[in-house]
Amino acid sequence: MDITVKALDEQTRMDMLQRMLDIRYSEEQIQGLFLANLVRGTTHLCDGQEACSVGVAWALKPGDMMTCTYRGHGHALAMGISIKTLMAEMMGKASGCCGGKGGSMHMTDASVGLLGANAIVGAGLPIAVGAALTSQVKGSHHVTVALFGDGAVNIGAFHEALNMAAVWKLPVVFICENNLYGEYSPLHTTTAVENIADRACAYNIPGLIVDGQDVEVVHAHVSAAVERARAGDGPSLVELKTYRYRGHSRTDTGPYRPEGELEAWLQRDPIHILRDRMIEDGQLDAVEFEELQQATERKVAEALEWAKNEPFPLLEAAYQDVYAGGR
Amino acid sequence: MSTSNSSGERIITFGEAVREALAEELRRDETVFMIGEDIAEAGTAFKVLTGLVDEFGPERIMDSPISEAGITGIGVGAAMTGMRPVVDIMFGDFITLTMDQMVNQAAKIHYMSGGKFKVPMVLRTTLGATRRSAAQHSQSLHAWFSHVPGLKVVVPSTPYDAKGLMKAAIRDDNPVAFFEDKMMYQTKGHVPEEEYVIPLGVADIKREGTDITLVATSSMVYVALDAAEMLDEIGISAEVVDPRTTFPLDKQTIIESAKKTSRAIVIDEGYERYGVTAEIASVIADGAFYYLDAPVKRMGAMDVPIPFSPVLEDLTVPTPQSVTDMAKMLTGVV
Ligand SMILES: Cc1ncc(C[n+]2csc(CCOP(=O)(O)OP(=O)(O)O)c2C)c(N)n1
Ligand SMILES: [Mg+2]
Repeated sequence: MDITVKALDEQTRMDMLQRMLDIRYSEEQIQGLFLANLVRGTTHLCDGQEACSVGVAWALKPGDMMTCTYRGHGHALAMGISIKTLMAEMMGKASGCCGGKGGSMHMTDASVGLLGANAIVGAGLPIAVGAALTSQVKGSHHVTVALFGDGAVNIGAFHEALNMAAVWKLPVVFICENNLYGEYSPLHTTTAVENIADRACAYNIPGLIVDGQDVEVVHAHVSAAVERARAGDGPSLVELKTYRYRGHSRTDTGPYRPEGELEAWLQRDPIHILRDRMIEDGQLDAVEFEELQQATERKVAEALEWAKNEPFPLLEAAYQDVYAGGR
Repeated sequence: MSTSNSSGERIITFGEAVREALAEELRRDETVFMIGEDIAEAGTAFKVLTGLVDEFGPERIMDSPISEAGITGIGVGAAMTGMRPVVDIMFGDFITLTMDQMVNQAAKIHYMSGGKFKVPMVLRTTLGATRRSAAQHSQSLHAWFSHVPGLKVVVPSTPYDAKGLMKAAIRDDNPVAFFEDKMMYQTKGHVPEEEYVIPLGVADIKREGTDITLVATSSMVYVALDAAEMLDEIGISAEVVDPRTTFPLDKQTIIESAKKTSRAIVIDEGYERYGVTAEIASVIADGAFYYLDAPVKRMGAMDVPIPFSPVLEDLTVPTPQSVTDMAKMLTGVV
């Protein structure tokens, strides 16, 4: 695939920057909720990986679909789930995007094309292939993207999904957010290849290694793979090299990370990369950025306050929706 | 980090008891090894195995990729050829991914080979809800393995039982699934310094009583014991029987208790339908029929995917109150 990264227009950049800030501040507030024990259980935050969520979502068209993982708040927001319904879901409230039944790991909303955030590693890949099969059968020209972590590439479902999608030239794109770790295990201790994209050759599909911190680069590469799939030329495996700033989940502080690693990645912060480029191109100045940050912080805090005051589901809800069409 | 109680007995947690059992068996038998995701340096997501890799090294406490089907198959193959693997599956919900190796392979190899091969492996995993972990991290699926001839299933409730049963599971020549309630890792109890092994298939009476039998497994033993306290206050004497293993099942102890009290409730955290409670209730109905003064009742997890919202999740599991209410109904006390 021949891919040139072109500068996106000012409005698109502005929208992407805003959405990345939405994700960053939401994750910060969510961490606070869990640490204050206002929500029990666990949460998996994606700060540091915002360019992946936003770059991918912006490469999709209305009607396109996505599967993602429990580290999915960023994808949910990027696809268009509102901060309010995300926060309400996080707290198990009736007005959450899943009526409070999903919680942090299962943000989903059919209306934005999100087929589900999955808490079973690798399970989303074949589901995405199934959605792509529907598109092929119906001739709808929609593309499905499957987002997953580096840890998912060693589970059977990964291999089965890639092979079938390749054999049947299905309109699906496999996107691995390689953040270097599974839960606590560094990639090289569990995986025989250094680049996940190298696995593509086993399925005779394109494999792309992409800088996951630069939203314009992510967008350009994922767009190319998505349009290739849409054209009927089959799947690709896109590897986004990225990093999660926080530990795997709520209680993990990341003691297994070598000293200086986080600091080095912070130097390539996805929000700062776009901010600096926009400032350089005369599309933004430092004061405007500061204002944008403050406004976003306020907006997210307000959404959270709103969610805190929302009611819990009625107890009958526990029995509802087990079967489509009732029992 | 052991402490002692007033009678000078050593008190440790459920998690520590499991770790101790594993460490002792690793020390005793060099064919024992563990394989699982993040079990070495990280000591598992629940930190139960912390320190084992320091003593036994990464060759015997093996960190694996996220490959549940693969590591279970490795367990089967290693067991067939002379090792005693303990395969660690982080959440009980993920046993779905081990099913072919457990159900079609491990469970059948001894039989299909005319007794030529055996599969002495342990699959250790978790069960239990109310951790706000939602539908894919909260299930109690031990009934699935209990259904399959060739497999044994352990559901310990106390640190003492967990240790003694884990040692028996490792020494058993058959595939054994060992389910630990993830809410119980900090539960404390008496575990002696001296070595002991608890045979699989022997129930334990956790509390004696005369009016009603509460058969309870794993975490539900505590629910039953709390209910028994509440019942005591209104003059109902409840006996709590813990089968400790769902297979082999100590039918005799359960039936004898039901005969003595003439009423029984079976409590288990798995889904109620087609579950452990159904099996045990039928054992009681069959074996104690002429002694029963009330129908045998079952209380399991509500038959719904476990919802995230705390207000909903708390409804899905039996509680001391709901067990007490049921017992009052059966004994005719209002
Ligand atoms: C089948 C399965 N096995 C194990 C787990 C436990 N688990 C949850 S997240 C995780 C690590 C996944 O790492 P990766 O795919 O790199 O995603 P990341 O968390 O880095 O986004 C593991 C082992 C699971 N959820 N599902
Ligand atoms: Mg990862």
